[in-house]
Amino acid sequence: MSIRLEKPFQALTSENLVPIQGQLGVYQLADANGDIFYIGYAGGRSLFGLHGELTREMEEQGDGTQFRCEVNQQYISRYEELLMLHKHDFGNLPERVLSEYPYKIGVLSPGN
Amino acid sequence: MDYQLTEEQQMLVDMVRRFVRTEICPLEDNLDPDAGEIAPEDSERLKEMTRKMGLYGLGIPPEFGGPDVDVTTQTLLSFEMAQHRAGLYNPCYNVFGGAGLAQLYEATDMQKEKYLFPVLRGEKTSFFGLTEPSGGSDPGRAIQTRGVQDGDDWILNGAKIFISGADHADFGILFARTSEDKTRNGVTCFLVDTDMPGFHVRRVVHTLRSTKYATEIQIENLRVPKENILGELNKGFAIANDRLSRYRIPYAAGCIGVAMKAQEMAIDYVKIRETFGGLLASRQAIQWMIVDNEMDIRTSRHVCLEAAGRADRGDDFRTEAAMAKLLGSEAGGRVVDRVMQIHGGYGMTKDLPLERWYREMRIRRIGEGPSEVQRLVMARNLIGGSFH
Repeated sequence: MSIRLEKPFQALTSENLVPIQGQLGVYQLADANGDIFYIGYAGGRSLFGLHGELTREMEEQGDGTQFRCEVNQQYISRYEELLMLHKHDFGNLPERVLSEYPYKIGVLSPGN
Repeated sequence: MDYQLTEEQQMLVDMVRRFVRTEICPLEDNLDPDAGEIAPEDSERLKEMTRKMGLYGLGIPPEFGGPDVDVTTQTLLSFEMAQHRAGLYNPCYNVFGGAGLAQLYEATDMQKEKYLFPVLRGEKTSFFGLTEPSGGSDPGRAIQTRGVQDGDDWILNGAKIFISGADHADFGILFARTSEDKTRNGVTCFLVDTDMPGFHVRRVVHTLRSTKYATEIQIENLRVPKENILGELNKGFAIANDRLSRYRIPYAAGCIGVAMKAQEMAIDYVKIRETFGGLLASRQAIQWMIVDNEMDIRTSRHVCLEAAGRADRGDDFRTEAAMAKLLGSEAGGRVVDRVMQIHGGYGMTKDLPLERWYREMRIRRIGEGPSEVQRLVMARNLIGGSFH
């Protein structure tokens, strides 16, 4: 089982958010080229879970934004795992995550 | 045996209880229900407070700079420190400091300089690498990580699993087999730096808890200088055993502290919640749950304090510590379960800390030695000898 989120990205549109329900979980946002610029989660305080968080992102982001998500009850440890993976793969965290995440990030060397 | 608190103990307990309720709990109101950390600025601010309280570095012997607080008083304070949402696995978000399992007091001077003192100053963190995919209940025999001598170095190869904090750690206490002896007599304890080539944290092992999640480690031709052997060659298992025995008392105390808080929530709730025209408090089914909770809490608390008292007197406390760990973790699970039942639907939600405690408490019957191993430890001590 891959530990990376490997689902294809979808356009962040209200149509594509219809099947996304109010569950807990993690998500990634990417630009039109598929470059990830944000990793987030829908946690216990998120209104309407992933649907709510992604709807908010849709309203705040510009056209061309893509998303993928994963329903996951262990959203905190999965979120931190995705951050560590991103840092391993790309050398640093996305800028917006850096501004929001004040904690020391762990080091993961997952192999390929 | 008299467990009446001394005036000083009562004062410390009251001070820590107030600290948890006025400093920790309000921060949690603004965190995700599964959060495992507070903001760094809050952490520093609260550490300054615990230093002023004279309680920073609790558990560290006074000769190494810790406060002069005996094990019994530490245990009483551990009951209090656990009484918040993240309290089971991250009591007070570690603002009371301490060295956890990295209490390297038998270390050489070089090892103390490089590893112990930075930990005590809060500059370095460590992991405890014992359990392997081949099993954790009988680590002395299950350890397959190999150490082979190469000149003045040792070359380590193997894997570890369910290791908390390895991804954040600066170094680890890692156990490897270093002789042909297949028993615990062939195990050596190494101090390994996590930035050395050959050290890999391969993945997060997702479990019922999010806080202080576990990881899986792979060791590939990790070269460790012989100066990094902690204690003696092939006698590392005694170090693991010592750490695990000592840790059982605060481990039990955390479970009991959460149970105490859950019981307090239940008693508050039954006095205000009405069903069928009467308060829950008036229902015998509920009253019995409250009483069963109290019996669970008092029996486990009593044994936990007995273990602490024996440790303070320098007596062998292995049986009592194992009993405390078993009783505390199992009683804690039952209490939280009953309190969820009393709270009905709200007890299942993330609005209350109960569902988090329920998940995390389940791990406590396995972590640091399952209940069955605790019984085995007690039986071995009671009957004598190694009979399995």
